[in-house]
Amino acid sequence: MTTPPPLLQTRRLAVSIGQRNFCRDLDLSLHAGERLAILGRNGAGKSTLLSVLAGLRAPQHGEVLLKGAGYTELGPRKSALIRGWLPQSRGDAFASTVLETALVGRHPHLDRWGWESAKDAQIVRRALAAVDLAEFEQRDIQTLSGGERQRLAIATLLAQQPELFLLDEPVAYLDLKHQIAMLELFAGAARDCGAAVAMVLHEPALAWRYCDRVLLVHGDGATECGPVREMLTADKLSALYDYPMLALERDGQLCLIPQ
Amino acid sequence: MPTRHRALAILALLTGASLGSVLLALAVGSIHIPVGDVFNALFGGEGSLSGDVVAHLRLPRALAGFACGGLLALSGALLQVLLRNPLADPYILGISGGAGVGAILAILLGLGVAGINGASFFGALAAMVVVFGLAHGDGSWTQTRLLLTGVIVAAGCGAMVALILSIAPDHKLHGMLFWLMGDLSQATSPKLVLGVLVAVLFVAMPFARELNLLARGPDMAQALGVQVGSLRRGVYIVASLATAAAVTQAGSIGFIGLIVPHLVRLAVGNDQRLLLPASALAGGSLLVVADTLARSLIAPQQLPVGVLTALIGVPVFLFLLARDSRLRR
Repeated sequence: MTTPPPLLQTRRLAVSIGQRNFCRDLDLSLHAGERLAILGRNGAGKSTLLSVLAGLRAPQHGEVLLKGAGYTELGPRKSALIRGWLPQSRGDAFASTVLETALVGRHPHLDRWGWESAKDAQIVRRALAAVDLAEFEQRDIQTLSGGERQRLAIATLLAQQPELFLLDEPVAYLDLKHQIAMLELFAGAARDCGAAVAMVLHEPALAWRYCDRVLLVHGDGATECGPVREMLTADKLSALYDYPMLALERDGQLCLIPQ
Repeated sequence: MPTRHRALAILALLTGASLGSVLLALAVGSIHIPVGDVFNALFGGEGSLSGDVVAHLRLPRALAGFACGGLLALSGALLQVLLRNPLADPYILGISGGAGVGAILAILLGLGVAGINGASFFGALAAMVVVFGLAHGDGSWTQTRLLLTGVIVAAGCGAMVALILSIAPDHKLHGMLFWLMGDLSQATSPKLVLGVLVAVLFVAMPFARELNLLARGPDMAQALGVQVGSLRRGVYIVASLATAAAVTQAGSIGFIGLIVPHLVRLAVGNDQRLLLPASALAGGSLLVVADTLARSLIAPQQLPVGVLTALIGVPVFLFLLARDSRLRR
């Protein structure tokens, strides 16, 4: 029996914008059930790297493979059945209800003339309930707060039911309770449904708690990838953020204090 | 929750309204024709004066008006999605400006109706190619860039129109102004525009759900499986051709393309699967009604229909804006 190809794989990936190199020769693979955190300074290229991984932007060199096939080979529709992407920012030009917005996530599962069925509605309602928005179905999205919109975007992503989640700052705008709830949700998807998760985070303690591996993006083209315990040390993080950090470990949790 | 059932019910209702508006246009005018006589004239009745008026004057004009209104509303709805800007209208990207320059030049040179139509269509195509080429120049294709390019080309066309108007002899000014304000009195061959309306709907409808996604942002749409680049180009070309066809037939009739998609969106929601056909039907009906008013209000003199659509459109739009902001609070 051959092992299945990883959900996400990069080969000698180089990403740059203009003269700035964000990463070069990045070889990365993410299998079902694995969770990867991407950490780095502001402007280090984390979001750019993530959008390359999501197939929304072409890399300078190298290739990105989903289950062994490239994005052009798969086409946008098949890709959308495999990977889901949570954008960092969103603006809504038109009014729309919360339910309609989350239903958009079902698009790749419907054929060209198809309309959302009762089953799709059920999947979407479950997703809304999972992010604590069950009561908000008929609300106009333009009246939602930043945190509520973030949770709605997560619900839309859950409704898409991808196998690979690419999350750009999934806990942005969220209060502490919902930060933990949302990360538990994705950890659960990885544990129970065999999903793979890659997320850009700004809080090393959350990466420690919710991820197996960490990719440090230094912003000058250099990247380091390894298990959480090896990457999230005071030395490495001080270098990454260019600021002295103190790491405290207690009851299996990590606490990082800027000095 | 959008359902096919609800969409079909709403479209059936609007189809009824469309037929009603056409019937009104056939009955009302400088001579009033009872509805019974209208049916006689349409189905079999021959020879009478009222029969001739209905069959050879009012029916072609009503159908052409319906097609133009439908095309403008459809094009407005498409461009609002493409530019993700609720204030976009069919003329925002300079199509009508280009058509205007062509038409006014043709009138200045003393060409006939066919010449004016040909020149305005050529002008519209030229504006479309210029805007597309400039906005597409370096491969990046952002809404802002497209919008700015279109607005600037439109402004340039406006200046050229003003220039021609200022040097045109007095006896030609009347025709030029009517063209610029939008006027259906020359619209006597509805087959072509009706065909274009059907073709545009036919091309756009299979992509309606993808347009829903595009309205929520290009990256989001691509992540959910939409071929964003080709969809955008397609929408631009289809919307531009729809506008060009309508403008060639009837001049630049304002406000239909801006107001109707808004009205429909407020009434039935922003699902393009329903919004596109509903806009086409509502836009067609509205223009037919406005044109009926335009030729009967101070009959036998005719008003340019564009003036009436604007007179109806401005207060309706301001009302909607005020209501919208109150609802948001």
